[in-house]
Amino acid sequence: MQTNFRLNGHQVKLHCDPTERLTYALRERLNLTGTKVGCNAGDCGACTVIIDGDACCACLVGVGQIDGSEITTVEGLFDESSISGLQQEFLENGAAQCGICIPGMLVSAAALIGKNKTPTRKEVEHAIGGVLCRCTGYSKIISSILNFTGKKTKTHKNSAVSSKVIGRSLQRIDGQDKVTGIDKFGADDFPADALLARVVRSPYNHADFNIGDLVLYKKENPGIVCVLTARDIPGENCFGVIPEFADQPILAETRTRYPGEGIAVVVGHKKTIGKLDLNEFPVKWNILEPVNTMEQAQADGASLLHQNRKNNILTQGYVKRGNIEKGFKNSKYIAQGSFTTPFIEHAYIEPEAGYAIRKNNRIEIHGCTQAPYMNRDSIARIMGLPATSVRVIPTSCGGGFGSKLDLSYHPYIALAAWTLDRPVGILYSRQESMQSTTKRHPSDIEIEIGCDPCGKISALKFEGNFNTGAYASWGPTVANRVPVHASGPYKIPNYMARSRAIHTTTPNSGAFRGFGVPQTAIALETTLSELASAAGIDELDFRLLNCLRNGDPTVTGQSFETGVGIKTCLEAIKPKWKKAIKSASSFNKNTINPVDRRGVGIASCWYGCGNTSMSNPSTIRVGLTKNSQIVLHQGATDIGQGSNTVITQILADAIGASVDCIELVGADTDITPDAGKTSASRQTFITGGAAALAGMELRRQILRYANAGEDAQLIKKGTSLYIKNRSNLNKVDLSHLPANQFGYVLMAEETYDPPTTPLDENGQGNPYAVYGYGVHLVELTVDIELGKICIDHITAAHDVGRAINPNLIEGQIEGGIAQGIGLALMEEYKPFQTENLHDYLIPTSGDIPKIDTIIIEEPDWVSPHGAKGLGEHVLIPTAPAILNAIRYATGATVRDLPATPDKVFRAIQKAKNTNE
Amino acid sequence: MYARPKNIEEALSTLASDNWKVLAGGTDLFPNLKEGGVNFNILDISALADLRGIKETQAEWIIGALTTWADLEKTPLPRSFNALLQAGKEVGSIQIQNRGTIAGNLCNASPAADGVPPLLILEAKLDLVSTHGTRTIPLSKFIKGNRKTSRRMDEIVKCIRVPKKKCFGNSAFSKLGAREYMVISIVMTAARLEICQQNRIRESAIAIGACSETAQRMPSVEAAIKGKSIEEALGTISSEHVASLDPLSDIRAPREYRFYAAQQLIKRTLINCQKIEDNYAN
Ligand SMILES: Cc1cc2nc3c(=O)[nH]c(=O)nc-3n(C[C@H](O)[C@H](O)[C@H](O)COP(=O)(O)OP(=O)(O)OC[C@H]3O[C@@H](n4cnc5c(N)ncnc54)[C@H](O)[C@@H]3O)c2cc1C
Ligand code: FES
Ligand code: FES
Repeated sequence: MQTNFRLNGHQVKLHCDPTERLTYALRERLNLTGTKVGCNAGDCGACTVIIDGDACCACLVGVGQIDGSEITTVEGLFDESSISGLQQEFLENGAAQCGICIPGMLVSAAALIGKNKTPTRKEVEHAIGGVLCRCTGYSKIISSILNFTGKKTKTHKNSAVSSKVIGRSLQRIDGQDKVTGIDKFGADDFPADALLARVVRSPYNHADFNIGDLVLYKKENPGIVCVLTARDIPGENCFGVIPEFADQPILAETRTRYPGEGIAVVVGHKKTIGKLDLNEFPVKWNILEPVNTMEQAQADGASLLHQNRKNNILTQGYVKRGNIEKGFKNSKYIAQGSFTTPFIEHAYIEPEAGYAIRKNNRIEIHGCTQAPYMNRDSIARIMGLPATSVRVIPTSCGGGFGSKLDLSYHPYIALAAWTLDRPVGILYSRQESMQSTTKRHPSDIEIEIGCDPCGKISALKFEGNFNTGAYASWGPTVANRVPVHASGPYKIPNYMARSRAIHTTTPNSGAFRGFGVPQTAIALETTLSELASAAGIDELDFRLLNCLRNGDPTVTGQSFETGVGIKTCLEAIKPKWKKAIKSASSFNKNTINPVDRRGVGIASCWYGCGNTSMSNPSTIRVGLTKNSQIVLHQGATDIGQGSNTVITQILADAIGASVDCIELVGADTDITPDAGKTSASRQTFITGGAAALAGMELRRQILRYANAGEDAQLIKKGTSLYIKNRSNLNKVDLSHLPANQFGYVLMAEETYDPPTTPLDENGQGNPYAVYGYGVHLVELTVDIELGKICIDHITAAHDVGRAINPNLIEGQIEGGIAQGIGLALMEEYKPFQTENLHDYLIPTSGDIPKIDTIIIEEPDWVSPHGAKGLGEHVLIPTAPAILNAIRYATGATVRDLPATPDKVFRAIQKAKNTNE
Repeated sequence: MYARPKNIEEALSTLASDNWKVLAGGTDLFPNLKEGGVNFNILDISALADLRGIKETQAEWIIGALTTWADLEKTPLPRSFNALLQAGKEVGSIQIQNRGTIAGNLCNASPAADGVPPLLILEAKLDLVSTHGTRTIPLSKFIKGNRKTSRRMDEIVKCIRVPKKKCFGNSAFSKLGAREYMVISIVMTAARLEICQQNRIRESAIAIGACSETAQRMPSVEAAIKGKSIEEALGTISSEHVASLDPLSDIRAPREYRFYAAQQLIKRTLINCQKIEDNYAN
């Protein structure tokens, strides 16, 4: 059928199935990939377009329905020569992190402005209420729209006139593409002739299976080019992010262990394969007794998921210091609690996607990832190829938060493209993404803390079980990090913390911003507040009394001479805390409104940057071409957190040149040296460290060659390099220098690996070279009749060592807090029940309060540039601070997350009954 | 097969010819597509321009079947429609309100359909048309259960009729969900109150959704608060009055909580009705 409509001002004719979703037609037929697909169900708004003046989800519109309509997509919001004012505001404010939601945000904002030239903040929140963003916490998006419509809010103009760029809020180097919709994500750039792969998955928690007649299946479905099963894997059918624990098959052989586990890959032509109903795949299932809870997994006689792992325990972590019994004996006050948290889904807006292409005897993977080098090495093992035969070229990554560290879609397309010698792409559906990729570990935690009569903590005991799901993934990392961090940033003389990662036949738990530490902090920080109350000490003063200071030993016996910033953070929050308490208590005295009760809560965090007690180097290469171009080979994948920008800033200052002299070569395993994974809050700290070293080295080489003094400035004009010494400007003649194999006349390649030591059997040692610290203050209102929480305001203080780019830091904090709010109040992933963004709720623009950020720069001399990581720290204190505020408001203690209205309500009733 | 007729006669004869699935705004139909996409006949009624918009006659307000949630704001309506307007502003997101139709919401017959309680309190009726003619059915009879209606396969809902004699008083709507936008109700209530000069409740209509297979009017509450002031009414409402509900425990909330929240929400909705009254009085 033919449909006629106007698209971005041009008349368009389409011949296609009129029930085809408009998203598909725009992306596949008209090549307009600015309209994104995050769910195909109206739940994410990434596909928002304007139809006859109204914002609509293109995924819910059939092509036939737009006959005669006028459509505007993000591509129609600006003309190619100039960037529109709205997009300029997005760029200047740093509204885009990963950028996948931004087209939907821009289009929604444009639709609003089309009807209302001067919207209020509430109207803006409402207009983007249907577009989910998982990265930013919405603040900068809202203020960009308000700025554009004339309500100037705070902006980050680069006011500093110094020649240095560290400390300045530079715009994202990769920002332009993110605010125009031309940025290419995993699903956006398949070769035209690419086939499509789809994965057949287990619908059961635990089952054995037999695959039926594939020859017949192919015959009945002519669109299928091939079906691949475990037998077709040329190398090892096993992967895992930690080699010693690798246990996960790429495709299960005879048994599946979690719902969504892959058993076969069906490859074929895009049009037919996309519509194939995989429920008809020939397979016989024999359902096995599931082991779905940690209790079941630990029970006597429980069936083992992996024969060599006794009691279904993957691994344990343990840290012990002092004498715990004695510590509790000397305690005047003791507080304790049992806590549970559920699976949390990363819910990035970009479902996994990418394509693979075979080039002779090499295989190339283009797609979203957080860990290109690790992916390359795993794929090489799976394919039975040397690592040099695999190239991973990350596309932009529409959010990762830990889950895109693990392999997911990559081996399927590698295998298919290799076997067929044709490009093969894959697009996970939202359900598939939620079912089959990793989650935050559910936890069961018992904690007990004692203090002496003055409030000094004398003992802490912690036992935590973490449901690690069917396969290892990052379970060992969680088990190792948790007992180290369960003390929080406090001085605790007598300490015992144990953690276990336990297998069940549920989704794999892996890395999610904080590796188990957010769950741990919920138990620790709420119990600490209860202990402070028991001892009759102000919650903040109690933390100040006990917090670590420079030189104090941590629970692993490590002490830092510099950089322990927790005290500074607490002191920075203190005046706001006092004020908030005063205003809440005067509000609560007012009995005219018996329904609402105000609450105030705080919580702290600490978090070790980099891998635990392991070498985790990053390498940066920087070269100078004959044409005076400085080229930065930066392999740290920017998943929205800003490493492209931050690493360039660090390098610019180290070289002593301006940012625009530097050309950035992004992550690509062939052309950038290994900068490790984007995880563990390590990129600014470690890759940044390598950039500082490489920059200093290149500078030394240039100055030596030019025979210039230490304080000389490098200036690039056209294709010439000049050295400025006081008032002398001398051209550096590079033309006689020979170029090396990389094409550079001068080059530096430096590695930074932070100093750590292994932990002994009692968990004593130096697991991290630095920790970052933070404190959140939450003010909220509890509707005590319904148990509903409204968060009114959050203040966050974070010690970052050195703030390389304050605006990016703010963005991280606001985004982390949004995820913390989700963790506290609404998020719970239940296999089979919440496998979509309709039932799995993440915060919308209306759920995030105003957030004030205080950046603390506690001097620290460990890394070459003084900066610490931040990416994970930011979400750790939010949830416990919220729970503490609920307790302040109502006396209710919610220990089973999320604190949904019904649970808060029940806790309020319980608190009332115990008081009466 | 796909058809997008421009007039209702054509639509009806098409519908009579075979098994067709009606497509209006698509906000329920598209998300519910199974793997494999559309493998049934689609009768797209979105081009039936006559079915969009709200008209007024001597005795009725008539909401055309293609009227979207966002369209509601375009026609000035009596205060008794406030509940429907408020519900409309809380359906999903702006994107959903711009396409989703009120009639589609009723036809989809989800227990949590936000459109049902506000129309129950207005005693709305539906016109079902087919090549055999028109039937008019009260909304309370139209929805027969979870995703079940009394619509025959050959019928289209043409419009929703609201009798003006039920348009007295103010109405209000309250929705309880676990986040601000795009959230399915844990409980929602709609209430319409006529308050007489002595500040007493002359007549009321109250309905609750998401607490039973289909949203319900609450005659027991209506009877209990008749003749009372709002303050007295608030004191009167107790758990007995919601005993006729039969809420589920599901991912959104447990059954007991829904019972309790339903009572609270009724009270709040009454207070909101009163507030609207006060605003108009001032
Ligand atoms: C993200 C999202 C959020 C949502 N949030 C809410 C919410 O908060 N509250 C809520 O109540 N609903 C919500 N919905 C559901 C939906 O938007 C509404 O039910 C909407 O009003 C349905 O109208 P429609 O025109 O889009 O229906 P369609 O999808 O076009 O049709 C729905 C059903 O009704 C039938 N139908 C439609 N019109 C007619 C007619 N005139 N005659 C006969 N049959 C007809 C169709 O065959 C189909 O079975 C949400 C949906 C999404 C995707
Ligand atoms: S893709 Fe359309 S709303 Fe998510
Ligand atoms: S920037 Fe919004 S989802 Fe990443």
